[in-house]
Amino acid sequence: MLVILLGFTSCNNGNQSGGKSGALSNNIAEKVYVAPGEYDSHYAFISGGYSGNVTVYGLPSGRMFKEIPVFSQFATSGYGYSEETKPMLNTSHGFVPWGDSHHPDISQSKGELDGRWVFINENNTPRIARISLTTFETEEIIEVPNSAGNHSSSFVTENTEYVVAGTRFSVPIPQRDMPIKDYKGNFQGALSFISVAPETGNMDIKFQVLMPGFNYDLSHPGRGKSHGWFFFTTYNTEEASTLLEVNASQNDKDFIAAVNWKKIEEYVNNGGGKMMPANYAHNLYDEHTHTATSTMKKEVRVVNPIDVPGAVYFIPTPKSPHGCDVDPSGEYIVGNGKLSANLTVHSFTKMLDAIEKEKFAGEAYGIPILNFEDVLAGVVEQPGLGPLHTEFDGKGNAYTTFFISSEVVKWKIGTWEVIDRKPTYYSVGHLTIPGGNSGKPQGKYMFAMNKITKDRYLPTGPEMEHSAQLYDISGDKMELLLDFPTHGEPHYAAAMEASIIKEQSQKIYKLADNKHPYAAKSDADTKVVRNGNEVHIYMTTIRSHFSPDNIEGVKVGDKVYFHVTNLEQDFDVPHGFAVLGQNNSELLIMPGQTKSSVWEPKQVGVWPFYCTDFCSALHQEMQGYIRVSAADSDVPIKWSLGEDIE
Amino acid sequence: MKKASIIMIIGSLLLLGLFKFPLWNIMLGAPQYPEPLGMNIHIDGIKGVSEFDLQNIDGLNHYIGMKTIPKAEEMWEFAVFPKVILGMAFLGIIIGLMSFFDKVSYKFFLGWFILMSILGVLGMYDFNNWLADYGGNLDSHAIIKVTNPDGTPMSYKPPLIGFKKLLNFDVTSLPHTGGYLMFIGMSLTLFAFWLGRKTSLKKTTS
Repeated sequence: MLVILLGFTSCNNGNQSGGKSGALSNNIAEKVYVAPGEYDSHYAFISGGYSGNVTVYGLPSGRMFKEIPVFSQFATSGYGYSEETKPMLNTSHGFVPWGDSHHPDISQSKGELDGRWVFINENNTPRIARISLTTFETEEIIEVPNSAGNHSSSFVTENTEYVVAGTRFSVPIPQRDMPIKDYKGNFQGALSFISVAPETGNMDIKFQVLMPGFNYDLSHPGRGKSHGWFFFTTYNTEEASTLLEVNASQNDKDFIAAVNWKKIEEYVNNGGGKMMPANYAHNLYDEHTHTATSTMKKEVRVVNPIDVPGAVYFIPTPKSPHGCDVDPSGEYIVGNGKLSANLTVHSFTKMLDAIEKEKFAGEAYGIPILNFEDVLAGVVEQPGLGPLHTEFDGKGNAYTTFFISSEVVKWKIGTWEVIDRKPTYYSVGHLTIPGGNSGKPQGKYMFAMNKITKDRYLPTGPEMEHSAQLYDISGDKMELLLDFPTHGEPHYAAAMEASIIKEQSQKIYKLADNKHPYAAKSDADTKVVRNGNEVHIYMTTIRSHFSPDNIEGVKVGDKVYFHVTNLEQDFDVPHGFAVLGQNNSELLIMPGQTKSSVWEPKQVGVWPFYCTDFCSALHQEMQGYIRVSAADSDVPIKWSLGEDIE
Repeated sequence: MKKASIIMIIGSLLLLGLFKFPLWNIMLGAPQYPEPLGMNIHIDGIKGVSEFDLQNIDGLNHYIGMKTIPKAEEMWEFAVFPKVILGMAFLGIIIGLMSFFDKVSYKFFLGWFILMSILGVLGMYDFNNWLADYGGNLDSHAIIKVTNPDGTPMSYKPPLIGFKKLLNFDVTSLPHTGGYLMFIGMSLTLFAFWLGRKTSLKKTTS
């Protein structure tokens, strides 16, 4: 009888949850609850902002799975500390240990996210990185010359033909010693189109468009009908070089620059543009040698936009527009005028029409300016204060963040009417809908990434992590589901359904494919080799020992390289390596991988090293000793495992 | 009689499945191995279910002092078994064919089945001996030594068939596709015998 009753009850509940007013439909906890051992439905790759890294989250739970080191040294894994990964952080300014990561974007095929790579820009020392979504490691970083404040980046075109990087700060091109006050008319802004090789993902700067000295703030590609175009918001069309908060806010309208990259690509393919001397780093990590190489490139192709008629136009857009967002159809370009009370939406079709009829309001540095009214599709009237960014749900709605009024506003494309608004906590910057920058948004969730946290969590002193809020956007009204803290500054995020990425995620590196020059692929390959004052230790790890674990013959003043190969071929069995007093980070070595760490012992003694990752039941026994003798001693090089060293 | 002979031939042919599919399978799951490690026992050697399973099983077994899983050339069985299976399949087909052309009686089917059963039992006996040695012949310097309540060293012998808990591992040992094909094949030969007998009895009574 009880069974029948229970059955009846659950049946009843099932019916209710289908309705709108049932008790379970308000059960928000259930919507974000992912039971232990179950998987989230979406991946989110959240920019770490000033952490320089990317964090991987699950939605809807808001759980963090991994921090991927990109532009900053990461002592946890040895990224930027190990010999193999130091070249990843090389630039024309030398080794830069830190970066400011901003806008992740997932690669696309035919306008849909394909889950192969995440691209992300570094703002401070302009660079673009490519992260593999099979290994979840940074594979490539290219420096962007002639750029400064690499902010209108790194957005991909609909077949990942290009990842695009615009400059926020205009600078003298080429860089030279000149008075700052001569900014106007002399500084320029470079918009870089970086080609992406279809198979490998390898990046190469195809061309840079040298634009007038405005600030190119954000950008997005055209898609569908507007594929082949790229749109950049600008501010500081006043070309001020000081007190920009006032001086760059004087013009009633700044511009959205519409760039026909297909036209420029054709021009370049026919030999157009000119090669300009430059100096920028191209850093490439090889998954098989487990080693990065840094190559300095010495020239870059630049294009003067007035040499390519019909390639670039300016669309007047009110009040220092920030976000520049293109709807899934490619027809509407939203200019989020951050000092404007209204939201301006331009029409791609109208833009083409105005261009065809040559209805220009004037020109700036030879670039035609269109009439605001000719291109305008509509205005969302008084939706909020301080519009920053807009994303789309693929169902005809747009969602815009308002920094000053701290809210997300949902509005309808075409009628421009506001449908809903929900507060954020507090001062939202970007928002992300999975599949946002693509022709096919996956509009179930939206999350807002906030700049200010204040009272949202238990206090942690003056410095707090930032906060994100997850909303359910499957209904007419947005529903706040979850607050979750983020690491660094969650500047922007790219997200997508988990299915593709989850299946391709790699479990181990195959030892047989390890082509590291200092790999020891079995105990038999282990050795210690002296070469002048360099000592190379070819070492292996397997549960639960190092081989060798007794090493002698090292002297003060030597440069000791520990080349540690993890022989494991089992999922999730990394080993760590650290030696007492080393002026370096630890190494965390994945199965099948080789990593190298340099140690310059300064003191005579017998120093222990050990495994830092609790690898097995005998983890505590996974240790060894290295004997350091005086610089003038004659202790020979010796090594052993499992026997007393002679 | 023709029908029985054809079934005899089909039954014998099914043995050849052992050249493609594993005879037996042993899976080892543990809290740390939600996706269990596994070994497939083929008549010509032991293979991992996933690429690195054997290496990982050996790696774990070194803690308790077990020997590594033998390579094909380290056990005479893996050289002999394929020949025995091939021979028996061949023999079964010959018997079936001869019966088809009324050269031999259906009773040979039973003879074949009994011979195959004896060989099978011997095979299982040998397999069980190997399992006992594999699980019980431990390195005296083993890192982890577990004893039974009576003080004797614990054996890590996987079950011949069925389930057994060995420390943190859940061990399941069952026939695999090749083994099932062999059992079906053998059953078919027995069925062929029964059918042949029925047909011949009918003949005698009518």
